[in-house]
Amino acid sequence: MKKVYVNEEWCLGCHLCEYNCAFANSGLSDMAKLKGKTITPNIRVEEGDKICFAVNCRHCDDPICVKSCIAGALSKSPDGVVEINKDKCVGCFTCVLVCPFGCVRPDEQGVISKCELCTKNAVGEPNCVKGCPNHAIVYEER
Amino acid sequence: MGINYIYPEFEVIRDTTRCIACRVCERQCANEVHRYDEDLGMMTADDSKCVDCHRCVSLCPTRALHIEKSRHTFRENANWTGDKITEIYRQASTGGVLLSSMGNPQNIPVYWDKMLINASQVTNPPIDPLREPMETKTTLGAKPRTIQRDQDGKIIDNRSPRLTLNTPIMFSAMSYGSISYNAHASLARAARELGIYYNTGEGGLHKDFYEYGPNTIVQVASGRFGVHKEYLETAAAIEIKMGQGAKPGIGGHLPGAKIVGDVSATRMIPEGSDAISPAPHHDIYSIEDLRQLVFSLKEATEYKKPIIVKIAAVHNIAAIASGIARSGADMIAIDGFRGGTGAAPTRIRDNVGIPIELALASVDTRLREEGIRGDVSLLAAGSIRCASDVVKAIALGADACYIGTGALIALGCHVCRTCHTGKCNWGIATQRPDLVKRLNPDIGSQRLVNLVRAWDHEIKEMMGGMGINSIEALRGNRLMLRGIGLTQKELDILGIMHAGE
Repeated sequence: MKKVYVNEEWCLGCHLCEYNCAFANSGLSDMAKLKGKTITPNIRVEEGDKICFAVNCRHCDDPICVKSCIAGALSKSPDGVVEINKDKCVGCFTCVLVCPFGCVRPDEQGVISKCELCTKNAVGEPNCVKGCPNHAIVYEER
Repeated sequence: MGINYIYPEFEVIRDTTRCIACRVCERQCANEVHRYDEDLGMMTADDSKCVDCHRCVSLCPTRALHIEKSRHTFRENANWTGDKITEIYRQASTGGVLLSSMGNPQNIPVYWDKMLINASQVTNPPIDPLREPMETKTTLGAKPRTIQRDQDGKIIDNRSPRLTLNTPIMFSAMSYGSISYNAHASLARAARELGIYYNTGEGGLHKDFYEYGPNTIVQVASGRFGVHKEYLETAAAIEIKMGQGAKPGIGGHLPGAKIVGDVSATRMIPEGSDAISPAPHHDIYSIEDLRQLVFSLKEATEYKKPIIVKIAAVHNIAAIASGIARSGADMIAIDGFRGGTGAAPTRIRDNVGIPIELALASVDTRLREEGIRGDVSLLAAGSIRCASDVVKAIALGADACYIGTGALIALGCHVCRTCHTGKCNWGIATQRPDLVKRLNPDIGSQRLVNLVRAWDHEIKEMMGGMGINSIEALRGNRLMLRGIGLTQKELDILGIMHAGE
């Protein structure tokens, strides 16, 4: 399946992907309306001394978060996307603890939030990829 | 020096209703203009550090930023302008030579803008390049004076070494050191895809780019940096740099701070040592001396590579070019005074040399008069800004054009003219690894390819309009040009008639 990958050689650590992600999932009409809000993006830039790269859900073939979900809220779609049904999530955060990439996070409502490749918002394709200024984030089959 | 006399040239204007404090501007500004103020809970800017490169403006996701020229002013004075006064303040505080980058920004006539192109009507119909064949392929090098045939009457190939271009445009000399690894990678890849050539400049050729050799022109300049046998053999042509349009008569100086890692290895000089290119070639004091170097290079490459001699456009350009044409060189590249540079003394850049348009026309005329025009190809450089500049240059007599600044602008350069600081926010004129990576050659090479393809389409459109279907028929065809608002002397030098004539 097509997934979001990051070529760390070209990642500038500008953090634009985080804001593009937050905006795509906010449902707001203008990014300027994020003003004053604390964002909880589903992609995060990891930074070290001389290296930086964005990380988001790997949509694992055998996702440990899905296995560990006690409420049946996480599932793998036929397309391979690891999806979250927020109505079912009970907020136990077991998935947050088990995700080896740290890509599942609690959101403001107390349930979990994760990357669903922008399949459920108005953008329709990963907004982090669209907005990356250096083509460091790509959406492709590998 | 207690008082700072210099007020910031630019003001960073932030629309606070749109700024979401994402801090992208702060992370992307190598000049450290932007800062998030924890106490105020908002972004602030130090205008004095801004160079107006637009990196923050381009990356701001909410379009909250723009840069304005400072409204701060001196009392109006046509003689003592703000620029002149500020330069004196600057020199009075440092005691140094003023440095500048890119081409001459002064308001000196741009003759391209004072020439108009012809089009066919009624008697000689225009040609539609989308429906009919149109040729912009160009061959550069000395043309044979005679046609020789063998015993069977077949033509003997007595052509000298040459370059073949799909479009009469090449990327001008910009050294690895003055521009980044990724900028060079972008130029090399684009040249290969376009079937044209890029030029290494005097900084040598990085080992990674030897594979682009068939599309590479290597330079031999006064510092002889990076010159060795393999370097010469890899290239498609060799350029001897006698002068540069931005700084005629002076050499170059790449500070030791920039001679790091691969730049040092490629230039074949120790890390941290200044790379000083002398003003003259110390072995060239006459046309005869130049001829020796031309033939040394030909000998070293077994007479397989054409040799280009690059000179700056200066007052006696026609006589100089005539001498070079007799030195055995295959091409002469003329660099006008608006040509770019990574660093030059401001006074030299702004006051020395002459416009390429006049230089090109006078050289072409002189070589024709002397019957030696066919012995060399002429390459025009020094601020070719668009496809119509290329068409006008070719109609004035150029065989092809070099574009440098135009190519860098395609890569993202915003002509902020602070290359010499080494902090290029666009990853072009810098060696800082975190800045260099901002230019992804996948994007850069594609943008260059797009630019040259677009110009090629436009050149064909203009040729078609004139009823010309081959670039050869446009070359030196000055009847296709008319001057507008020019004196008789200017028209005489350009060898064109005034509009309406």
